[in-house]
Amino acid sequence: MSLLDTLAAIELREVLLLADSAIRLATPLILCAMAGLVSERAGVIDIGLEGKLLAGAFAAAAVAALTGSPWAGLLAAMVTSLAMAAVHGFACITHRGEQIVSGVAINILASGLTVVIGIALFRQGGQTPSLAADQRFGEIALPLAETLAAVPVLGPVYGDLISGHRLPVYLAFAAVPLVGWLLWRTRFGLSLRAVGEMPAAVDSAGQSVTALRYRAVLLAGLLCGVAGAYLSVAHGGGFVREMSAGKGYIALAAMIMGRWRPWPVLIACLLFGFLEAGAARLQSLEIPGLGTVPNDLVLVLPYVATVLLLAGFFGRAIPPRALGTPYVKER
Amino acid sequence: MSAPGSDATVAPPAIRLIGITKRFGPVVANAAVDLSVQPGTIHGIVGENGAGKSTLVSILYGFYHADAGAIEIAGRPVQIPDSAAAIALGIGMVHQHFMLVPNFTVLENVMLGAEAAAAAAVADATGTETGPGADVGTDASPGAGAPKGRIGLAAARRAARADLARLAADYGLEVPPDAVTGDLPVGLQQRVEIVKALARGARVLILDEPTGVLTPDETDRFFDILRSLRAQGVTVLLITHKLREIMALCDNVSVMRQGRMVAHRAVADTTREELASLMVGRDVKLEAEHRATDPGPVRLVADALTWRDRAGVARLSDVSLTLRAGEILGLAGVAGNGQSELLDLMSGIAAVQEGRIRLIAGNAERTIDARHPADPRRLRAEGVAHVPEDRHRRGLVLPFAARDNAVLGYQHGADAGAGRWLSPAAMRARCAALMRAFDVRPPDPELRAAGFSGGNQQKLVLAREFEAAPGVLLIGQPTRGVDIGAIEAIHARILAMKEAGAAILLVSVELDEILALSDRIAVINQGRLIGVLPRAEADRHRLGLMMSGVAPTDTGPADTGPATEADDPSRETA
Amino acid sequence: MTRLPAWADYGLLPALNIALAFLVTGVVVAIIGENPVEALATMVEGAFLFPGGIGYTLFYATNFIFTGLAVAVAYQARLFNIGAEGQAALGGIGAAAVALSLDQVLPGLMVVPLAIAAAAAAGLAWAIVPGWLQAYRGSHIVITTIMFNTIAAGLTVTMLAGALRDPRQPNPQTRQVEEAARLPAIHDLARDLGLEAATSPLTLAFPLALLAAVLVWVLIFRTRWGYALRVMGQSEPAAVYAGIPVRRLTLGAMAVSGALAGLMAVNVILGDAGRLVINFTAGYGFTGIAVALMGRAHPVGVVLAALLFGALFQGGTELDYVYRSISREMVLLIQGLIILFCGALSLMLVPWVARALAAFRGPEDAEGRA
Repeated sequence: MSLLDTLAAIELREVLLLADSAIRLATPLILCAMAGLVSERAGVIDIGLEGKLLAGAFAAAAVAALTGSPWAGLLAAMVTSLAMAAVHGFACITHRGEQIVSGVAINILASGLTVVIGIALFRQGGQTPSLAADQRFGEIALPLAETLAAVPVLGPVYGDLISGHRLPVYLAFAAVPLVGWLLWRTRFGLSLRAVGEMPAAVDSAGQSVTALRYRAVLLAGLLCGVAGAYLSVAHGGGFVREMSAGKGYIALAAMIMGRWRPWPVLIACLLFGFLEAGAARLQSLEIPGLGTVPNDLVLVLPYVATVLLLAGFFGRAIPPRALGTPYVKER
Repeated sequence: MSAPGSDATVAPPAIRLIGITKRFGPVVANAAVDLSVQPGTIHGIVGENGAGKSTLVSILYGFYHADAGAIEIAGRPVQIPDSAAAIALGIGMVHQHFMLVPNFTVLENVMLGAEAAAAAAVADATGTETGPGADVGTDASPGAGAPKGRIGLAAARRAARADLARLAADYGLEVPPDAVTGDLPVGLQQRVEIVKALARGARVLILDEPTGVLTPDETDRFFDILRSLRAQGVTVLLITHKLREIMALCDNVSVMRQGRMVAHRAVADTTREELASLMVGRDVKLEAEHRATDPGPVRLVADALTWRDRAGVARLSDVSLTLRAGEILGLAGVAGNGQSELLDLMSGIAAVQEGRIRLIAGNAERTIDARHPADPRRLRAEGVAHVPEDRHRRGLVLPFAARDNAVLGYQHGADAGAGRWLSPAAMRARCAALMRAFDVRPPDPELRAAGFSGGNQQKLVLAREFEAAPGVLLIGQPTRGVDIGAIEAIHARILAMKEAGAAILLVSVELDEILALSDRIAVINQGRLIGVLPRAEADRHRLGLMMSGVAPTDTGPADTGPATEADDPSRETA
Repeated sequence: MTRLPAWADYGLLPALNIALAFLVTGVVVAIIGENPVEALATMVEGAFLFPGGIGYTLFYATNFIFTGLAVAVAYQARLFNIGAEGQAALGGIGAAAVALSLDQVLPGLMVVPLAIAAAAAAGLAWAIVPGWLQAYRGSHIVITTIMFNTIAAGLTVTMLAGALRDPRQPNPQTRQVEEAARLPAIHDLARDLGLEAATSPLTLAFPLALLAAVLVWVLIFRTRWGYALRVMGQSEPAAVYAGIPVRRLTLGAMAVSGALAGLMAVNVILGDAGRLVINFTAGYGFTGIAVALMGRAHPVGVVLAALLFGALFQGGTELDYVYRSISREMVLLIQGLIILFCGALSLMLVPWVARALAAFRGPEDAEGRA
């Protein structure tokens, strides 16, 4: 009996550990996927999530290192990512450029700029100096975490899983209902979604398609900035080259899987978080009969899963009707 | 501030345009256009494609800015920098292509329209922008979804619902607020558009080619709505190219030609013929020279074709037709009733699912059905040519040079080169020959297709398909977006093809065109063939009824084949 | 929409857009505190003047011709192949697997073509899967090829850690392919002919790349297949109308694209390096996007753009030597800017150029367009 209890406790701890790690890994995905959702709901494809994430991460770490304040870092990340979003908007909305091309440009620009400026500023081969604890966002213990610690199941779940994360994690989870509310419960959201479906209708109703799309794209920039700050001044303690490591792309995949709806997208992000967390654990595992699974292949599993999921083995996703098409007033 | 006339008893015009000029690069779309529309009337504007009608109303609705000229609304000079300003001035517009978000509910679409009205009302209250006379909209309507809660949607939703109820009571314009707009029938969608405009306080309603998507029956009901709006004091500006509608509905009419306003008439004082010659600038034959010929052997038989789209909705139900050499079978119907699907099946673009198509050439016969599919390439090789309904999307590759377009669909043939190689010289020669044969201007094979006028683009497509000397010719909307001058030439070509022995299926939403060219006329409604009439027995009224789905009771089976053996139990689909 | 004469459209406009990209880069260099003109001079020196500089420039250009052509062929069909990077990596695995298993068995003259074919085949296979997924399963090719890049990287690492690894090496890499089974170096050939030539990694892969460009031009502009490809790229409804099998052609376009990307590996595996190492593709697949956009997806344009990028990369290496504050990632910045200006913002300057041309010509021809 007591043995069973112990076993259960161990398993719970294992599960909690995995879930905790999944949440940490899912956080940048959630923020970026929400960013992509807002942008694409307004009809602008956002392949540039990756680049904005990377640029945000660099700006946050660089400014946090220079000023010693994670808040300044967060602000810098948001401003930087916003600037890149503005470039995307300028190309895709003002000049009706190809949105995917613009996104690719943003990503490569971010790869180049972060290293160029990083070397110019810090001479550390493109990294920023490691940040001290007080230069990062600390873990936040939610009220009652201590008090509840003794309660079985609920205690550890609340204390280890829900409490004790860094600020951007909570921001990410807050972003989901917020985006949902903004898009489906406000007049702005009504117009924004309409612009992604049928911009001509919005134009004819006397609203500016350009202004609406810009707002969506810039909002996406802000969210990516928060995600970037999370990577380098919360989850990590400094910037390293290419630290976004494809998370922007995974977020994009999660957004498609969640069919451009906040809650399903959140679930997809968490799923990817679990996959990645699980992969990290699998690394040290040996599957009986198969021998050692090569680490590097295990790490690739989330990507393979994405491909399979996107190939429609999960049902069809219908994107916003006007996605990817620049708005031209017809003659 | 020009005083609105000395005679105070006469109401000023609801709309007055003075010397409106608009250029697009070297093209003058509107040249010093004047227009005066009396309040509470239905005023028509007619003109050919490209005469400048759409540009003119786009300026009135704030889509474009005039290069010169002035606008007065209800006697007061106004600026209309954007659509929001137009809406604030009480101008509403119903576009030819509906401006409705298909996956929004009716209510949401109405709210979307109300956004700008609300914003303009705020701007008004604070006395900014929108120019003088922004409060003109006579008894400035409540403006749906007025900004009670500035951000939230709930207040706007309530307000819009109330507006819908009010409009239903005032004008009898009932719409289902919670239905998904895209699921509604076209006529109802159009009503939503009108409601949308009225909900944001429109007193002037601009309608751009509103009847193109309606059955004759729906058109009649639509006209009734417009008359009742007029009775309530709404001013209606009707843009159309259908003279019949002008005569039936309007009080006054203005005629445009080549960017100029060439005449204003009271409808009571004019005739169709006069308007037609004003539009074209010369006398026109409204009917083509139609010579009855003896139909030859059967070339194509469509047998009980049923076709469902991806969603499983039957777009064609049990359609059977016969095409004979030297005969034109006209397919009449309102757009979107299965004509496109039928053309796709017969040209091999869509795969036959149920039923079959038999191609007969002399003794050879070939059957196409679900088990024996054919693609457009195969069918072209068998002598089936296809002039697609939409030349911009399908018939031409607009960024390509004319010579590349001259072999589109025939890219495997000898006109494109030898062996597996492509020969620009051969394509150029082919293109030049086509251009000569059909008088395409300018006759430049290197010019991009996008650089030709609509009529010349269409001639290029027709030349390509006709010169392939097909046994079966499928023609969709041959004169859509083509000016009247070119229409005559195109009709003559089609008749010449018939006389040369081609079996022709002519699909057109223009009843006049069908009547002018066809030997027999089939009518399609909601994917079903309602009946087939010989030309002699067909008239507008009868065809109109059939287009609305009413079967011709007094006609026997006019077509061979099982189509009219009409014991087809209920397959009522939406 | 404004139309420009062909020379302005294909010559002036790209030149202006590239100039803009360089201008912005210059501003960044200035902000960093270095002299942009000096930095440019350093790059030019490294790319052209140093002994072997041109050889290196052409060596890099070889990579970019292959990846640029790969992206361009797909782009002609309006398929955005972001996966040249992964397809090149697979090409590397294919070439290495064949070369390493045969180079000690068969004569070099037989191994080389086999290895080249293997590179193309592996790249083809890696591209045709996303093509199939788009054509038949409806997943977006952009997303899929991005995922395939990452998967390819994982696969390469796995192969290098396992089956292909040279156990004598501390780092995960293969052994070197036997000299005889590699492409001869240009400097060796030149010296055989009695010419002076500085040592560089330039091999016969460069003429092979030029040959590929010619073949691609023929394929796209002089075959019926290429015609169908271009129709599909400009208008899918028109392609369907014309009886062009769009799905099959999607596979075909991706197959050719992937094979070209895979051939990039030849320049490395059968070239100077002679072995497969981790991340040997080094982002060249992405550079291919910039090259294709700059070259307007035309083989001639691609070759010219590849030469420019070759010079940039070689010049960037020189920057690394000379400056402490500027790194070769500066080239990445230029690359991003070129994609931005030549790709996404390609229409930005059109009205300006049109106006300038009109003003320049004056009233003498006011016809504009009919």
